[in-house]
Amino acid sequence: MGLPGFDPLLLRALVSGLALAIVAAPLGSVIVWRRTAFFGDALAHAAVLGASLALILNVSVSWGVLAIAVLIALAVHLARPARSLPEDALLGIFAHGALAAGLVMAALFLPAGQDVMALLFGDILAVSPAQAWLAPLFAGIAIVLLAMVWRPLLMACVHEEMAIAEGLNPARARLVHALLLAVALALALPLVGALLFTALLVLPPAAARALARSPEGMVALAALAGVVSVILGLWGAWTWDAPPGPAIVLAALVLFAFFHMAARILGR
Amino acid sequence: MITTGTIRREEKGGARPAEAHDAKAATTRGEELLRLENVGVRTADGRWLIRHVTFSVHRGELVTIIGPNGGGKTTTVRAALGVITPVEGRRILKPDVVIAYVPQRFHVDPSLPLTVDRLLSLAASSTRRQRRKALESTGVHGCLDKPVQSLSGGELQRVLIARALLRKPDLLILDEPVQGVDFAGEAELYALIARLREELNCGILMVSHDLHMVMAGTDHVVCINRHVCCEGKPAEVTGSEAWVQVFGTAVSPLQAPYVHRHDHVHGADGHVCPLPLAQRGETEKTTRGQNAHEAGTTGKETHEKGEE
Repeated sequence: MGLPGFDPLLLRALVSGLALAIVAAPLGSVIVWRRTAFFGDALAHAAVLGASLALILNVSVSWGVLAIAVLIALAVHLARPARSLPEDALLGIFAHGALAAGLVMAALFLPAGQDVMALLFGDILAVSPAQAWLAPLFAGIAIVLLAMVWRPLLMACVHEEMAIAEGLNPARARLVHALLLAVALALALPLVGALLFTALLVLPPAAARALARSPEGMVALAALAGVVSVILGLWGAWTWDAPPGPAIVLAALVLFAFFHMAARILGR
Repeated sequence: MITTGTIRREEKGGARPAEAHDAKAATTRGEELLRLENVGVRTADGRWLIRHVTFSVHRGELVTIIGPNGGGKTTTVRAALGVITPVEGRRILKPDVVIAYVPQRFHVDPSLPLTVDRLLSLAASSTRRQRRKALESTGVHGCLDKPVQSLSGGELQRVLIARALLRKPDLLILDEPVQGVDFAGEAELYALIARLREELNCGILMVSHDLHMVMAGTDHVVCINRHVCCEGKPAEVTGSEAWVQVFGTAVSPLQAPYVHRHDHVHGADGHVCPLPLAQRGETEKTTRGQNAHEAGTTGKETHEKGEE
């Protein structure tokens, strides 16, 4: 089919997708370094509950998702360590509970014709005009905020106690990161869907790791990988009428393999 | 006979003003940088990890924490670092004191691409030349561009000390800095730390991995076993017959023995039992003092060092 021209639907998806790919690079890199991919997953799963509630209450899906995601981010941040279950297990239980509740509620209460499956996999048609300009705006703000807390955030990945002892505030940096993640989820949900949100966060940094020599280099390479994945994925989704989320993730997977092969050949 | 002449044991009083430490020493001591005052830390289920811990670190002073495993050394250091907030007592840090911390364990996830240079640049704003110089002073400048994850244990310790040095700290806190380092390396690291104290004129708080050996030049030893078990100055290596008998003459001049004098034993749950007078002398002679802890005599929970 070749180049799809300037269809406004595609253009919106592209603008919001590129902005998200760029902001997902630092957010996702920190997730990889801190081994907290489960947190992104938990947020995304719970988002389905937020979306169902929003549809039932007849408010914007994005607001519902944002509210639930921010709540979870705050809860995880403020929660004290549990005595008998690790944090990831508790979060998993809670997140899957929320996902199930969201799906059941949607089936019971939503009028026929409306369904939440698009929430799971994404839909180019679901990207609203507001999203197309909100996503770049958010990406800009997020990058400024992340730059402001970058040193404590990075030190939280290196050695959190050392950071605290030496007068940094890694807890605040982590809270900023978690809240930005919640907003990113609300913006990314229509495009990539809940099930693949974590993949969008984790795959580009994982690809970038093969070639990166510094944390910031890894973020830059991840942004590049994310941008290329979004372009390739959306082109594929448009051409073959596939859901955009899986298409973007597949493209990222190809890049992941490509980066790691390149690293092998370059002898890194 | 063990030479115990240089040992001074706290006679009474849990929390005491730092000035009362030693009248003579007080005049030569630098300003107080950090003080733990009657600090107590409890687990979520209410068990005390440490309690009534009081000591201070002054500028130019080397304070070493010793104590049995599980006795609360690391908890004490974490309270001193301000990583945990005590439920009881308080931590007083002189305003604007720059702390540098050399942790016991340092593991960076392999997914984080981090060279030594970048790690050092996170410690303090510095030029690459300054970072290279810091690494030179600890003898590992060859590591500047290596990934942190590729360092050996000894290299990592030196890199972390160089990192601490780069912060130009007022207070340097080291948690078992020579653990896992061989004997020669241990002596070298101790020499390095001694030099840092001279160069930076900082206070040093160090946890020792050994119950009976502390770094030479240690001004004050604090033995932590749930509480301040005993404290004092380490004995001099030279001139101690018993020392030579036990360890021979081939001892590092960078180490000094510390002899425990216990006036109490601990029950299985860590509570303090007083030791009958007759047995106290025995304990004093037992340099491997912890064995004496097994001699459970009475189950009475009294504490000679007393509550506040």
